[in-house]
Amino acid sequence: MIIRRNTVEARHREAVRPTPFHTRTSAACLSNEWTTWAGYTVPNVYDDMTYEYFTVRNQVGVLDISPLSKYRVRGPEAEAFMNRLLTRDARKLSPGRVAYALWCNDDGHVIDDGTVFRLGEEDFRLCCQEHQLGWLSRSALGFDVEIEDETAALGALAFQGPTSCAVLRRAGCEGIETLRPFDTRDFDLQGIAVTVSRTGFTGDLGYELWVAAADAPVLWDRLFEAGALHDPRPVGLAALDLLRLEAGFIVTNTDYVSAELALRRNRGRTPFELGLERLVDFEKGHFTGRRALLEAQRQGPRRLIVALDIEHNKPAQDALVYLGGKKQVGHITTAAWSPTCKRNIALATLEAVTARRPNPDLRVEIYVKKELKWRRLMARAKIVDRRFFDPERRRTTPPADY
Amino acid sequence: MTRDRYDAIVIGSGHNGLTNACYLARAGLSVLVVERNDYIGGAAVSRELQPGWTYTNCSYVCSLLRPEIIRDLELSKYGLQVIPYGGGATLMRSGDSFSAYTDHYAYRRELARHSAKDADAYERYSVDVMRQCRFIRPLLLRMPPDPTSFKPRDLGELLFLGKRFWDLGERDMCETLRFWTLSIADYLDQYFESDVVKAHLAGSGIIGTALGPYSPGTAYVLLHHYMGEVDGSAGSWGFSRGGMGAITRAMTRSLEASGGEVLTGSGVDRVLVEEGRAAGVVLANGNVHRARTVISGMDVKRTFLEAMEAQDLPGEFLDQVRRFKIRGSSGKLNIALDGLPEFPQIDSDSAVQYGEKHFTETMEDLERAYDDWKAGTWSRWPYVDMLIPSQFDPTVAPPGKHMMTAFIQYAPPTLKSGEPWDGPAREAFGKTVIDQIATFSPNFKDLIVHAEVRSPWDLEQEVGLTEGNIFQGELTFDQLLFNRPVPGYAQYRTPVPGLYLCGSSAHPGGGVMGAPGANAAREVLRDLRAPQTVREMGR
Amino acid sequence: MSSSFDAVVIGAGHNGLVAGTYLAKAGRKVLVLEACGSPGGAAASEEIAPGYQVPTYAHLLFNLDPVVVRDLRLERHGLRYAKGAMATAALDRDGRHLIIGEGLEGLGGRGIAATDLSAWSDMSARLRRFAVTLAAFLAKTPPRLGSGGWDENRTLLELGWKIRRLGRDDMREFLRVVLSNVADLVEDELEDPLLQAAIAFDAVLGGWTGPRSPGTVLPLLYRLTGDSAGLPAARRLPQGGVGALTQAMAGALREAGGSLRCDARVARVRVEGDRATGVVLEDGETIAAGSVLSSIDPKRAFLELIGPHHLDAEFAQRANQIRMKGATAKLNLALSAPPLFSGLDTTQQAERLLIAPSIDDMEVAFNALKYGELPQTPPMEIVVPSLADPSIAPDGGHVLSAVVQYVPFAVKGGWDAVREDFQTSLIAQLEAYAPGLKDSVVAAQLLTPADIEERLGTSGGHWHHGELAADQMLMLRPFQGAAQYATPIDGFYLCGAGAHPGGDLMGTAGRNAARRVLRREGTT
Repeated sequence: MIIRRNTVEARHREAVRPTPFHTRTSAACLSNEWTTWAGYTVPNVYDDMTYEYFTVRNQVGVLDISPLSKYRVRGPEAEAFMNRLLTRDARKLSPGRVAYALWCNDDGHVIDDGTVFRLGEEDFRLCCQEHQLGWLSRSALGFDVEIEDETAALGALAFQGPTSCAVLRRAGCEGIETLRPFDTRDFDLQGIAVTVSRTGFTGDLGYELWVAAADAPVLWDRLFEAGALHDPRPVGLAALDLLRLEAGFIVTNTDYVSAELALRRNRGRTPFELGLERLVDFEKGHFTGRRALLEAQRQGPRRLIVALDIEHNKPAQDALVYLGGKKQVGHITTAAWSPTCKRNIALATLEAVTARRPNPDLRVEIYVKKELKWRRLMARAKIVDRRFFDPERRRTTPPADY
Repeated sequence: MTRDRYDAIVIGSGHNGLTNACYLARAGLSVLVVERNDYIGGAAVSRELQPGWTYTNCSYVCSLLRPEIIRDLELSKYGLQVIPYGGGATLMRSGDSFSAYTDHYAYRRELARHSAKDADAYERYSVDVMRQCRFIRPLLLRMPPDPTSFKPRDLGELLFLGKRFWDLGERDMCETLRFWTLSIADYLDQYFESDVVKAHLAGSGIIGTALGPYSPGTAYVLLHHYMGEVDGSAGSWGFSRGGMGAITRAMTRSLEASGGEVLTGSGVDRVLVEEGRAAGVVLANGNVHRARTVISGMDVKRTFLEAMEAQDLPGEFLDQVRRFKIRGSSGKLNIALDGLPEFPQIDSDSAVQYGEKHFTETMEDLERAYDDWKAGTWSRWPYVDMLIPSQFDPTVAPPGKHMMTAFIQYAPPTLKSGEPWDGPAREAFGKTVIDQIATFSPNFKDLIVHAEVRSPWDLEQEVGLTEGNIFQGELTFDQLLFNRPVPGYAQYRTPVPGLYLCGSSAHPGGGVMGAPGANAAREVLRDLRAPQTVREMGR
Repeated sequence: MSSSFDAVVIGAGHNGLVAGTYLAKAGRKVLVLEACGSPGGAAASEEIAPGYQVPTYAHLLFNLDPVVVRDLRLERHGLRYAKGAMATAALDRDGRHLIIGEGLEGLGGRGIAATDLSAWSDMSARLRRFAVTLAAFLAKTPPRLGSGGWDENRTLLELGWKIRRLGRDDMREFLRVVLSNVADLVEDELEDPLLQAAIAFDAVLGGWTGPRSPGTVLPLLYRLTGDSAGLPAARRLPQGGVGALTQAMAGALREAGGSLRCDARVARVRVEGDRATGVVLEDGETIAAGSVLSSIDPKRAFLELIGPHHLDAEFAQRANQIRMKGATAKLNLALSAPPLFSGLDTTQQAERLLIAPSIDDMEVAFNALKYGELPQTPPMEIVVPSLADPSIAPDGGHVLSAVVQYVPFAVKGGWDAVREDFQTSLIAQLEAYAPGLKDSVVAAQLLTPADIEERLGTSGGHWHHGELAADQMLMLRPFQGAAQYATPIDGFYLCGAGAHPGGDLMGTAGRNAARRVLRREGTT
């Protein structure tokens, strides 16, 4: 007996896959500088990173965010399931609304954070950084819900910047200006069904568009046609990382380690330690991690994620942070020079006792290379509000025609 | 030129014997290694049985070999090159397959093809297993404490163990207790739903042991195979260029560079005991070599039941040695090939063509294979771990030709039918395996130039492993840590002063790891108050 | 309608009744709820033919906690023994049976080699010493690892100290064998296959393990704790059937002022503000309670009565993954004549009989179980209780009860297709040892693990509410986070066999749980 092959798919080819927008992004990616995001290729830089950054802060930028993990949760117990999953009260989220939320394991350590869309009474969508089908399925034991991984089926674009509303209106999203922050609505763009939410990861006025994978290229084309007068530009991931830092957003497994992946369990972080206690609601009934979080709240956080404003202009990526120049009290997880604020900014994880001191004498150890010679800077840093850049236009409804 | 008196004589030129000898020689001791065969290597051996082809007859992959030992003994300087390889596939009777790619994204995709949940579960599984590896790994290059002793060093080691355990926290302490006592099948059931994924991963839980995947304790066996590393990448496998014999060749060179000697063709008839102390060895050819310290790389049964007189040992100790479970359960086929066999279930350009292949796709396949062993015969549909190292090692076969190595679980050391192994039974066993591989490879049989079939009996005859057990003793809890090989004698010393054990029968056990050899050398040097050349892990 | 109690106990099996009685004796207002029409759980009798009272599930008293017997004054409440100190007869096909005295004392019957006699005497004494070491921990709440609390750590230190107190040689041997397999243990020291198998049988009874499965020595030691705790005869036959035990317990409950309600199936535990506040019955009736104790298996207790909504996700998963695949069936026969096992004298007929010819035979039977197949010749533990207690059968009639090992929960092809043939084959297997038995069968009842799940509600039909193995013992029983009787839900406790120390008709879990409830109440 000889067994014949019965499968044809070549799993090892294109282990990293194109997104639904790939035909468009590849045509626009002049630099050919790509990066891998959750198993997909997306442009890191299309042309010039600075240019792309200012596009979002000044006009409107288009970002392919299709690699985001996207899950659909449907069923009679969808609300109960989401309420048990999230640390926030899912019952308060009404259809047509989106919420930023996070979820923990039994130890109260954060697994991931993301946006939760309530698409209907018994219909939710969850978008996040890490793969969560495993956790969602395990959490679903005993709940009458159906969980579907929509990651490959849905294309997603972030459409961000002051003129984003104007362009979308021109593209046919009638009434888009009435969308308040964290609203979501379905639109028909000349036959293409698009879900548009006023959400984003740039801290600016902006929207995210969700579309069936097959319709993705056409949507891209429509947006650029409609934007002819406003000159939207594709924006790569490098610029996004700077934009999100200015907005003070944290990223799983960059600024904190997911509890599911922490080899040393004590490296897991509670929502309090991420500075996100506002997302924890102890009054809403039971949720995973609640008992541990009550205890954690009683004990107080051991570490805190804080925003730092650092002297000089050298980004302090991965630098160690010292108290009084001697005692190591933490490290920096994301850092950059902010072109809009003209500040040297960073997110850092510090010992909570230090972070809570009034005006601690923090020094950041930065290594600077000048003509192949390294110099060590002990730059002063102070703890500041995490929203480095927080323009009014982000919140105003209807947005002005910038 | 041999002298008539040495500081230390090591019995057996396997990787543990040589590791031990190297450390002793580096401490300035005069060391002689005596080897029964005309060639060195023990079970880490490569020989040319067919002109142009290098047969790595016994052990076949290298990942457990401790990097500390490679570095301390400067093995790379003496010719050792460990080349990482990875991946593998389980070919299924339906024509489908499961490929474990080394590429993260390809592996995810393949897992998801079998079960979307399993793709996520794999990440959780990897983290959990790695947590266990982190706990166990520092214990490898340390002496296990005697829990009944009140000596400061034993108490210190117990405290070290206890503190490491306590530091895990409640959740991981409980997970560790479960991990050590669960079967690999139950362990994997906590993560995966796909049969083939589970069967693929379960292989590491049964290799070399006389247990099935449903037997409690096999989760630990999996860990034993995972705790290796290549270039700091935990759990990955490597190949030594030139076959596994290259490891013992490099060790021999390292030993000779430190002034040690190796004498081949010199089987030990018995260990010389004078006035209750080890005093040297008497070879089968009648020659006597004297030394104040004798270190045996042979397994515990062979050392005490065959190479020693019963009168020199306490009766209870001998009972314990007799009771030691050393069950042969593995066979091996080494096949010289005229070309590369095709496995059309996988793309010819897929990376997993370089990796290992298995043909058992459910836990039931594996457990039934074990049932056959329990019944005293070889598995009718065995677990095969098949590799073609010539695909990335150009030294082991002539250009265009290939060398296949197939490890087989299970085969018993003696057949219930009473048939001897060295006859038609061996041929029939080989045919079982060849037929299984040929089921998935249409051109395989036509390519066979020569096949060496090795039953556990053959392993015992050639390498001297009792019952052909590749680990010199089962890796069950009753024979691990302070229980290995015999409670009260787990610290490499034996009831006879001056006689030590350095083989896989001692802690931490089998695999081409070298840790028992290194740990034994540390204890010998301690007792001799000689300069210490073996560092303790975690210190 | 609504009523209120200090404590409600779910399930009137032996553990539920014991827990309820202890609480009632401490002055609490207690209600024990039973889904069936009468108390008993797995310690119940039923009439399968007019006048024939069979022990439906368990058929012997074994390891019954002597402290419970004393505290509850069960003998005053009618617990009598039709037969105490039962010996074991390991049956041989050729009639050369082996008789093992109770409490592992004395070997008789077939000619046993002198070497085996002395080896057995050494070994049984050693095993008992080990069992004594463990016994002290059965009556304690398992420690919570890593808690840092002195009370918790003290229990651990005590266990360590006890093991150390065994002396160096015994301690080494204990640490060697404690996770080992029973086949190696007996084969290393004993020659006689029947003797080997008889000991191995006790190690695997009720479990999903073969004699060669590592970890089977530990359950054997557990089984030996009973006769080490000061009760010389651990296996006894209650007068009037096994149900008499729970009848006596129900009497003790009533005397202590507790109430028992049958035909009251609990639909769910009411949880308010992360606290159990009572139970809701299937008919919708709510009963308020300060504490709720569950003697049903922990998987169902957490996933059905509490519900995952009130549990953390990983906790719920752990509950779902308790290993509890039932492997044991029960065959009850009503016979018109006494069964005559050839080669046994009249007294021996009334002892505990084993069909387990050798370790290999048991292992082969276990092989079938692994694949959801039926064993050809399953090992059995047989008693004919009517020989000692004629009250449970009509004149001249007899009751035979057999625990049948290695019967899968889900059999390939489904139980409907094979049930009848299997029952016939079991009776034929008995017939081979007791000729004429087949023709005297008046009625037969075969309860597969699937039937047991359906009738008793125990997930998987597992006799011990969860496999008794190292990964589910002590602080791991039923799993981490629920191993101290108290649970993450305030006021909700486990008091059944799924909690430490586990299965068999011991009552210790019920007692420990009640003490835990009283202690926690004291602190809050």
